[in-house]
Parts: sequence; C-alpha cells; structure tokens
Amino acid sequence: MRRAAPSLHRTGWLPEAAVQALLALGAAIMVLPMVWMLATSFKPPTEVAVWPPRLLPHAPTLANYWGVFAAAPFGRFFLNSVGLSAAATVCVIITSVLAGAIFAKYRFPGRTVLFVCILTTAIVPFESYMIPLYIQLIPIHWINTYQGIVLPYLIMSFGIFLLRQHIGSTVPNELLEAARADGASEWWILVRVIAPLSTSAVSAIGIFAFIQTWAAFIWPLLIANDQRLFNMELGLTAFQFRFSTDYGKLMAGSVLSVAPMLVAFLLLRRRIIESVALTGVKG
Amino acid sequence: MSRTLPVTAPAARAPARRVSRRWGTYVYCFLVLLPVLALFAYIRLFPIARSVVLSLYNWNLASSHRPFVGLANYARLSSDENFLLALKNTTLYSISTVLCSTVLALPLALALTRATWSSTLYQALYFLPVITPMVPMAIAWKWIYDYNYGIFNYLLSLAHLPAVGWLVSAGVALWALVIMGVWKILGYNLILFLVGIRNIPAVYFEASSIDGAAGWARFRFITLPLLKPILLYVLVTATIQAYNVFTQVYVMTLGSQSAPGQAVRVLVYDIYENGFHFFRMGYASAEAVVLTLIVLGLTVIQFGAVRGEEA
Repeated sequence: MRRAAPSLHRTGWLPEAAVQALLALGAAIMVLPMVWMLATSFKPPTEVAVWPPRLLPHAPTLANYWGVFAAAPFGRFFLNSVGLSAAATVCVIITSVLAGAIFAKYRFPGRTVLFVCILTTAIVPFESYMIPLYIQLIPIHWINTYQGIVLPYLIMSFGIFLLRQHIGSTVPNELLEAARADGASEWWILVRVIAPLSTSAVSAIGIFAFIQTWAAFIWPLLIANDQRLFNMELGLTAFQFRFSTDYGKLMAGSVLSVAPMLVAFLLLRRRIIESVALTGVKG
Repeated sequence: MSRTLPVTAPAARAPARRVSRRWGTYVYCFLVLLPVLALFAYIRLFPIARSVVLSLYNWNLASSHRPFVGLANYARLSSDENFLLALKNTTLYSISTVLCSTVLALPLALALTRATWSSTLYQALYFLPVITPMVPMAIAWKWIYDYNYGIFNYLLSLAHLPAVGWLVSAGVALWALVIMGVWKILGYNLILFLVGIRNIPAVYFEASSIDGAAGWARFRFITLPLLKPILLYVLVTATIQAYNVFTQVYVMTLGSQSAPGQAVRVLVYDIYENGFHFFRMGYASAEAVVLTLIVLGLTVIQFGAVRGEEA
C-alpha cells in the first residue's frame, strides 16, 4: 500500500526544532513515573522522603527488595501471577484457534448468529456482569480458588475475531482441499495445517491475554480472600494499605510487578504495537 | 434453497452422499465449538443475562428472602445521591480523559508519521504506559501526587504556588485521575491514529498539493475527514474504557473513598460497594445494567456515525 508522503504533512507553523523538543519533553513525561519508581526503589529510607525531591539515589541499595520479600510473600504473589497468566494465555490461544478456524473455514447453520453474539457481548464491560458471575461460583465452591480467579480470562472475543480474520485471509482453501484429497481428517487439518499457519496471530493474542491477566485486579479482589491466592496486583494493594508510608519498599514491589511486562515489551515491541494497530484497522 | 433430493434415480445416490457429508461437517463444527461455546455461555452469556434479571429483584446475598421488585431498583437509583455523584464523576472523567488524550495524540501522530528510527523510538516510549499494569503505576502516581514530597507540589513550589492536596481535595482528585488516565491511554490512541494516517493513500495528498492546499487546510480538509472512522473508533473505545475506571481510584484514593467528602466516587466503585460491602446484589446489578446501557448507547452512536459516513 502506498503511504502518505510524510513531508507533505508538515504543518509548517512550528519549526522542526520545536517539534523535536516537544516530542522529547512528552516522552520524558511518559517515562517519568517508571523512572521515578525505579529510582525510588533503590533509595535508603533516609533518601525517600526528602525536600526538594531528588531523582537519583546517593547511596543506592537493594535493601528495599529484600525488605519487600521479608514483609510479605511477594515470591508467592509473583508465582501466582505467572501461573494464572500462563494458564489464561494457553486457554485463550486454544479457544481462539478452535473457534477462529471453524468460523473462518466452515459453513454451518447458526454460524453468523454465533459469531455476532460472541462479538457483541464483548462490548459489555466485565464490571457489569461480575456480580452474577460471582453468585454463579458460590454453589460450585470456586470462590477463593485459583480456577475461580482465572475463569473469566479463559476466553477472549477479540482473540476469536482476530484468528478468524487471520485464518480466513492467510490459509488458502486449496491447501485444505489438497489435505482432504489425501485423506486427512478435519481435526488433523485443523491441528496440523491451520494452527501452524496462524502463529503470528496466535502470538499477538497470547501477548494480549498474558498482559490482561497479569493486570487483573477487580475480579481477584472480589474472589480471592486468602492471601496465598493473591496475584501481584492484589498483593501490592494489600501491602500498600499496611505500609502506606514506606515508599521505598512499595516502589520495589511495584518494580517487580512492572518488570515482566517491560521485558516482554522490549523483546516483542514490534509485534505488540502491530497487534494494537490491527485492532484499529479491523475495528 | 431446496433440500429435497432429486427424484431421478441415477442421480439420487451422489447428492445423498453429499448431504450426509454436509451433516458430518455440521456435527464436526459443533463438536469443536462445543467447549468454546460452553465456556463462553458460562462466563459471559449467562452472567450478562442474569445481571438484567437480578436487577429486578431485591436480591441480598445475606438474606434468603429475595422478592421480585420490578423496576424499583432503577427508581431508587434515580434518587440515590451516591449513584448520581458516581455517574457525574465517571462521565466527567471519561469526557475529559478521552478529549485530552485525543487532542494530544492527533498532533503527535502527525509528527511521527515519517517512518524513521526516532519515530519508532518515540512510539515505543509513548506506548510504554499502555502495557504497564495499573496497580504499580497507580502507586507510583500516588507518590508523584504526594502532598509533602511529591514532584507535582515540588514543581508548584518552584513557581511559588501553594501546595495542592492532589488526591484528597474533592475538586482536584478527579483531575489528578484524569491526568493519569491521559498518560495511560495516550500511546494507544497515538498508535491507532498513526495507522490511520499511514493508510491514507498518498494520492490524496498529491492531489491536494496540486490544488495548493497545505498545512492546516490540508489537515482540515484531507487528513481529518479520511481519519474519521479511526477517530470515531478511538473516541468510543476510549470512552468505554474510561467508564469502567476503578483500579486507580481504588489504589490512589481509597481511604478518602468512604470518607464523608467522597473524593472520587465512580460507577464501578459504587457497584463494588453496593454488591460486596452491603451485599445488595440486585441493586448493584441495576447499576451495572445502567453502565452497560451507557456503553451500548455509545457503541450504537459510533456505528450510526460510521454508517452515515459510508452512505
């Protein structure tokens, strides 16, 4: 596709240098909270609350990190987050590929109705049906369990949608026909032909699912009362209420929660941004 | 299309085989979809439907007497001061966050259109807040907003202005949340606008430069109209997201939340409080249905606007 000639976009009323300066200033503001968080996490208590505020620590220390693990089971919170996010990611990928492949490559009665139903309910905010979902889990005793926490994150309408689009446009029907002519079963075709050809969409969905589950807050807040089930977000919040003034430790805990997302972003930046861009084009 | 089999004898067997094969395909499709649809129904469809039903009952978690009350919950909502305050705050928060983040993201996207390494770098930096989890960032912002040692009050002191209680004064806390909300979503809007601008065929700009259009005129009459579908999409998705604001309110302003002043009461907090502090599940569900209706209304408006554009 031909792209817009960028030079034609210059509005002209701002000199190039001013544009660059504003861009740099904006970027600095965007990363400031993270830099501030990281810097504070290395400050000894005497340097955290000082006036005027100083960005970099004079005598950097790891004491806050040891302190955080000593004050609350952050190792457990971290592993809980990893486990819940990994489980949700795997499940979202499986359900998205299965449903995406069927909706993209087969015709059957009710196909459109079901697909539209999956898409439209995605608009309804989770916060508005969390109460009935909670009530639903009481009789089966899933309140205060890992499976209860992870349940709402096991399916992703956007994932089904993206996989349907991707499989519909990248997997040629001739390939499926050829496999059928060779006597392959439909299930074999799905697992061995369609799934391997949709890895790029699968990785995008996987990233979204992981990030979404990692940041999950309101549902775990409702359903996890036992501290041993807390994810990082809940653990941090509880820790904050108990140690609201110890910002050094709070920032160390926060860094632990942000770090995996930052690492993932550094490694997969291009894919993440492209996937986000895709939501707009298709939306 | 008729499904009756042809009556001519020689042709009869082949279509029969085709029909049975077609039924085999249907069965296969539903078998594969079954686990997905079952999960979908259990965690989404049933709860959504049930929230409407619950809203018609006086459904208390702590009581087994749960009478049907019709629309009484909705009638009570219309005079519930907490709910009305929450509705007002959430609406104000959503409109401000969405407008500010859109107005800032659009010129940023224009400045970053050219595919250079610096554009890539800036995209990444501006996008960073989007992928960071809300709780730790809310804690960091709380520290930035701190009355005694925060950066914001330090900057005010440099300008010889009095310190502001960012998260405790009723009039200010909402705007403190808006600032953080804009910070969080700006990069997302930026990326979508960037895609939109880059997808505008160059021929439009060539034609406009032949006609002598430049600068503001080009933006106003070429870029903006062609960007309209993306713009609408951004506005609506950002508004929907903003209406669900909860986590940062909980982390940053709790403590003042239940205080008499009620620094920032938002819709989802009100639902949470009614449902899980007072166990008024029916009443909270009525609020939840109102939230859904607001969001659906916004979506319908978007579809209408885009369709109007295409017609």
